[in-house]
Amino acid sequence: MSLLRVSKRAELPQGRVALIRTAAVLLSLAAAAAALAAFGLNPLDIYGAIVEGAFGTGMRARQTVIKAVPLIITSLGILVAFKMKFWNIGGEGQIMAGAFAAAYVALYHGDLPRPLLLPLMALAGMAMGGVWALIPGLFKAKLGTNETIFTLMMNYIAIKFVEYLQFGPWKDPEAGGFPKIAIFPENAVLPNILGVHAGWVVALAAVAAVHLFMNHTKKGFEISVVGESAETARYAGMNITGVIVAAMLASGGLCGLTGMIQASAIDKTLGVGLSANYGFTAIITAWLARLNAVALLFVCVAFAVLLQGSAYIQLAMKVPAAVAGVVQGIILFFVLGSEFFLQYKVSRKGRV
Amino acid sequence: MKKLLALALALAMALTVSACQNSPKSGAGSAEGADDALTVGFIYIGNANDGGYTQAHHNGAVAMEEYFEGKVKTLVMEEISDTDKQAIRSAADSLIDQGATVVVGTSFGFGDTLYEMAQSGDYDGVKFLHFSGNLMADNMGNYFGATEEPRYLTGIIAGLQTKTNKLGYVGAYPYTEVQIGINAFTLGAQSVNPDVEVNVVYINSWYDPAKESQAAEALLDQGCDVIAQHCDTTGPQLAAEKAGALAIGYNLDNPTAAPGAWLTAPIWRHEAFLIPTIEKIMAGSWTPESYYGTMKDGYMDIAKLSSLVSPEAQAAVEQVKEKMLAGEFHVFTGPIQDNKGNTVVQEGETLYRDGIWKTDYLVQGASSADI
Repeated sequence: MSLLRVSKRAELPQGRVALIRTAAVLLSLAAAAAALAAFGLNPLDIYGAIVEGAFGTGMRARQTVIKAVPLIITSLGILVAFKMKFWNIGGEGQIMAGAFAAAYVALYHGDLPRPLLLPLMALAGMAMGGVWALIPGLFKAKLGTNETIFTLMMNYIAIKFVEYLQFGPWKDPEAGGFPKIAIFPENAVLPNILGVHAGWVVALAAVAAVHLFMNHTKKGFEISVVGESAETARYAGMNITGVIVAAMLASGGLCGLTGMIQASAIDKTLGVGLSANYGFTAIITAWLARLNAVALLFVCVAFAVLLQGSAYIQLAMKVPAAVAGVVQGIILFFVLGSEFFLQYKVSRKGRV
Repeated sequence: MKKLLALALALAMALTVSACQNSPKSGAGSAEGADDALTVGFIYIGNANDGGYTQAHHNGAVAMEEYFEGKVKTLVMEEISDTDKQAIRSAADSLIDQGATVVVGTSFGFGDTLYEMAQSGDYDGVKFLHFSGNLMADNMGNYFGATEEPRYLTGIIAGLQTKTNKLGYVGAYPYTEVQIGINAFTLGAQSVNPDVEVNVVYINSWYDPAKESQAAEALLDQGCDVIAQHCDTTGPQLAAEKAGALAIGYNLDNPTAAPGAWLTAPIWRHEAFLIPTIEKIMAGSWTPESYYGTMKDGYMDIAKLSSLVSPEAQAAVEQVKEKMLAGEFHVFTGPIQDNKGNTVVQEGETLYRDGIWKTDYLVQGASSADI
């Protein structure tokens, strides 16, 4: 019945790809402008204000960086799994698992000196996040389970477990009955480097590390090969289970690192709101970056600019929060939509 | 090419970061807004038009701004999750960046972040006011109200209007603030109807429209025919109206959402705190305080009773309300037992603010479950 036919495209020439992408960005800005005009707002003022709001003052730039850090590290984690075509939808849970382990170290060994405590928290966070991702990884390798569902469900287990701690054994007796976990001791809080918490240095280092790992190591190469075709990998004599273990430990470990950084630098405790949907947003950013670690840095910073700029226009131009959300949605719709047209061809069908 | 780009980006990131370092206090004090108006920034957990909790705060903010006729400007950050500390900090920083020298956070969960900022020394030019918390610093005060008074009055109405003798109560958290309201409501209902029982469902959130309605539906299924609430939206009222039951709102005099169920509500008049406080800040005479407004102070009130409230209940409410306004009625006067049979307030004993805020129990006749 359908008059349209969708088919997979052959590889497009570079110039064409760039053209489609540019067109998508321009169209998204035009469509968002139309929406803004419909709300009675001047789109050019708003776009200017978004940039102004993201970089205009030291505080705004600092907020933009703070927003970019968890996105970058989580997206890198998602990237590693997606390279293997392992659809890790479990970033949220891995962030929580990492935050939990880091919080355990902070709350029970908070008297350790800071130079020892912080690396210990990071290691614990990465290990726990890695394990959280490895469980569905092993099930997929051994039993062929569906990782999308499995990782998604692992999110709820991690979040509910933290909720249990918050309402039960870890509830702060000092909080007048309010269910929250005690604030970390001072030693467990990431120090500032150049005015922003040290997470930004970790994020940049992680970009470099993942870039090197994926492009210049044997394991990284194997992950890509398994992603392209498990059969080829097997034929080439690769240990597929070993590759999956390495990839999932890296993927979950990075998400767990996000959990540690957010718990230590931002929340200064463990709480259910900590993952703040980074695990899901990172899927978008990793995808927009075409699973390239360097491009990913660019995309995540752009995303943070959009988030910070939207918060700014809410105040400076009295734009309701919902309008900022609409602009973000429209831009994403077009940019993600263009990826569809890069991969698939839509042609007219003859009458049936 | 891409490596160059990465390098450039990394450099840009490092530069912006170091730029922050050069002016770490650029946000604090009067960075922008050369005009003389005092800028007061509000952080809301919900939408300013939520028909309940946040709208009540917003009405207070608007009334305050109007009162000062241009001498005060208000800024608003809406829908800031009170469990997402990054979002809270970002909202507060944005308000200060826009020139706010007074930051008002209107959810309990904002407290730790505001306190941390107040204590940091980087925001000495800013004053922080926190609703519903107990944290104080040299530049941070808090405010709340004697909700037990209007809660007790609404309990009287519920106790007289119920036919099943089962009252439903959608609660946020099993936390002192909420338990005080449940206890006062229960005592009010029992004062006119000794057979009444109060069933509480906790949703473990202040603001969750879906869960709020679900909890109310569960209570209605159990046979409750009057639904009261300690959560932010009109969800429970809508559920009650749909089931042909009655509803007691909270926070705001807003009968329009569920006119077929609406009886009344314990409500806030936040301007009664904001106006004198901002006046003191402008005069330079403000010192941190922990404000606790009563009905007598005009801070707490009971909304206009709807036509669904029986004349008998109206009269009963009027009688007690008069005593409260005269400061002669105290809700927690012994003997009071908790729902495990322990005596929590002795015969002849009366709880005042400090005693009331030690509540960690429900009184006899009230029981709770989680959803």
